[in-house]
Amino acid sequence: MQLLEAQNVTKIFGSGGLLNKRQMVAVDGISLAINEAKPTITAIAGESGSGKTTLARLLLGVIQPTSGSILFQGQDLSKMDKHARKEFRRQVQAIFQDPYEAYNPFYKVDQVLTLPVRKFKLAHSREEEQQRIEESLQLAGLRPEDTLGRYPHQLSGGQRQRIMVARALLLNPKIILADEPVSMVDASLRATILESLMKLKRELGISLVYITHDLTTAYQISENIYILYRGSVAEVGSVEQVIKNPQHPYTQLLVSSIPLPDPDIRWGEEGDIERKAAATSAPAGQMQGCKFANRCPFVMPECHLKPPPLYRTNADRAVACYLYKDSEPVSGRAMAESLAA
Amino acid sequence: MISEVQSKSIAGNGAANASKVLEVRNLQVNYHTARGPVRAVNGVSFFLKAGERLGLVGESGSGKTTIALSLMRLIQEPAVIEGGEVLLDGTDLLRLSEEEMRRARFADIALIPQGAMNSLNPMMKIGEQLRDTIRAHTSESSKAMLDTRIEAVLESVDLRADVMESYPHELSGGMKQRVCIAMGILLSPKVIVADEPTSALDVVVQRQVMETLGRVQKKLGAAVILVGHDMGLMAQFVDRIGVMYGGKLVEVSPVRDIFKDPLHPYTQMLIGSLPTLNSKEIFKGIPGLTPSLLTPPPGCMFHPRCPHAMDHCSVQIPPLEEIKPDRWVACHLYNGSLS
Repeated sequence: MQLLEAQNVTKIFGSGGLLNKRQMVAVDGISLAINEAKPTITAIAGESGSGKTTLARLLLGVIQPTSGSILFQGQDLSKMDKHARKEFRRQVQAIFQDPYEAYNPFYKVDQVLTLPVRKFKLAHSREEEQQRIEESLQLAGLRPEDTLGRYPHQLSGGQRQRIMVARALLLNPKIILADEPVSMVDASLRATILESLMKLKRELGISLVYITHDLTTAYQISENIYILYRGSVAEVGSVEQVIKNPQHPYTQLLVSSIPLPDPDIRWGEEGDIERKAAATSAPAGQMQGCKFANRCPFVMPECHLKPPPLYRTNADRAVACYLYKDSEPVSGRAMAESLAA
Repeated sequence: MISEVQSKSIAGNGAANASKVLEVRNLQVNYHTARGPVRAVNGVSFFLKAGERLGLVGESGSGKTTIALSLMRLIQEPAVIEGGEVLLDGTDLLRLSEEEMRRARFADIALIPQGAMNSLNPMMKIGEQLRDTIRAHTSESSKAMLDTRIEAVLESVDLRADVMESYPHELSGGMKQRVCIAMGILLSPKVIVADEPTSALDVVVQRQVMETLGRVQKKLGAAVILVGHDMGLMAQFVDRIGVMYGGKLVEVSPVRDIFKDPLHPYTQMLIGSLPTLNSKEIFKGIPGLTPSLLTPPPGCMFHPRCPHAMDHCSVQIPPLEEIKPDRWVACHLYNGSLS
């Protein structure tokens, strides 16, 4: 069974009828699956406007899909009763980009830890509560005596983010969704936080959905990756395949734009092609075909007619691009389930 | 076309050292707080060669943005420049009158600020903002003459002339960033200070904007100080890197040496902590916390986190010294290599 699953999910923002031009398709028929039995780290990567945060909010049940469904252990989120919903909220935890925003500056940081313990009645006494909190802080790589009793501003950004990890751990979840958890911390701390996220999988068997724009860290910690472009999956597969040998022209552009920390591997000259292409780009709403067509250096006439399906170019990867139309087409759901197997 | 733009130079007496366009000597900037002075920039010295790209890197709170703003004399209370010299072609900017400094900004030294795209006036068309920048420095008042000049500069940053008729909200983030670069080079300054100019942009747009900045900088022959914490961006763009730690420069070296042969233990650990596409699941953070600048540790700022710390590291502050050609480091480990 899948632990968490998105089945052909679409989210349209904006009200009014179908002809309303102010509608925005944030997520456009995405399927994703996380295996229940085997802890994994799955990356969802894309630039701003790719729909990655909307997808995260759908997976957390914070917003409802316009069509398609989100399933937790085979159960549709929209059909859950109160009890099942509460269990879902405990099992699926989230960590966000800016750890500062999750705190009330007037309360000591202890509050963000005691609140979930009490809300979910995880402890029978104050001693047990204290013990659970200290355990989870240690799991997140923090010393309880350095953190408890302090105000948020007295801690570093890295400590605040790790308290959020500790908070997620308190509830003993099956899966954690982390939305850009390290994009606001310095390089030296980024490594420490990623290390503690890896440990959760290795030592506690917790799966992770890692939402990011940073392909380097996505490559480092995850097994599978979904590359989103304007609400659709452009390429999906194992990180070894997708990052090391990208096939979709958009993934190729993304990977070649990574500023690698190596002065001997500097950006090439192909940036010029993209710059000229981008200057003529039309808004996505007016397009019927591939959303990347007007930026694509390999564009063909058929790209403007119909959105390309996913083509499975090998066992571990599928690409939504007509360049690979000789490969077998695969549904997003079948590919997601195959990767999660 | 850009060469037509006349810069009203503040000084022509730069004969002392022709290759150094900017020299910062012992810069000291404090933030005055209720609990005492915070030494945000604590005796920093470095120089910039003509046409060079220098990166200033450091974690948040290391003082890099404070340096950028101090060079422009745009630092505001409670921060105060307490001492030092900022020599631009031999003229100390810190000794200029307010009016002289106002004239030097944009014409001699220009800033592309952090989150630059939010620094545009939302109520004014782009063209008007660019015209204002020129008008503040020249007597040129004919709109047609100004616009010819502006169009040429916009073209050099890959923007069409019709963005002059746009308001900032009508442009994408990348386009706004290009407008800010255009504003920075409008008067052909000798030095461009760019403070995290692409931190809000996606990687593809970041690359395009940095390539544009690099191209116009070369064309202009200006020197650039790129301030930031993204080591990847530094590796792609700059010639030399200055590494800040706790308000001090701990190492200044050519970019390749910083990445391949870092000298200071902090630089070594910083480079070691960077994620690459060559390894998976290996993370090496730097244990410990950045120092409090209100109550800094005695001796070397890094000694509490340093794996090579020796007894006198907690007593004596190591000076920044050139231990071999073009390689500057502030660390007692290299005392022996002197003379």
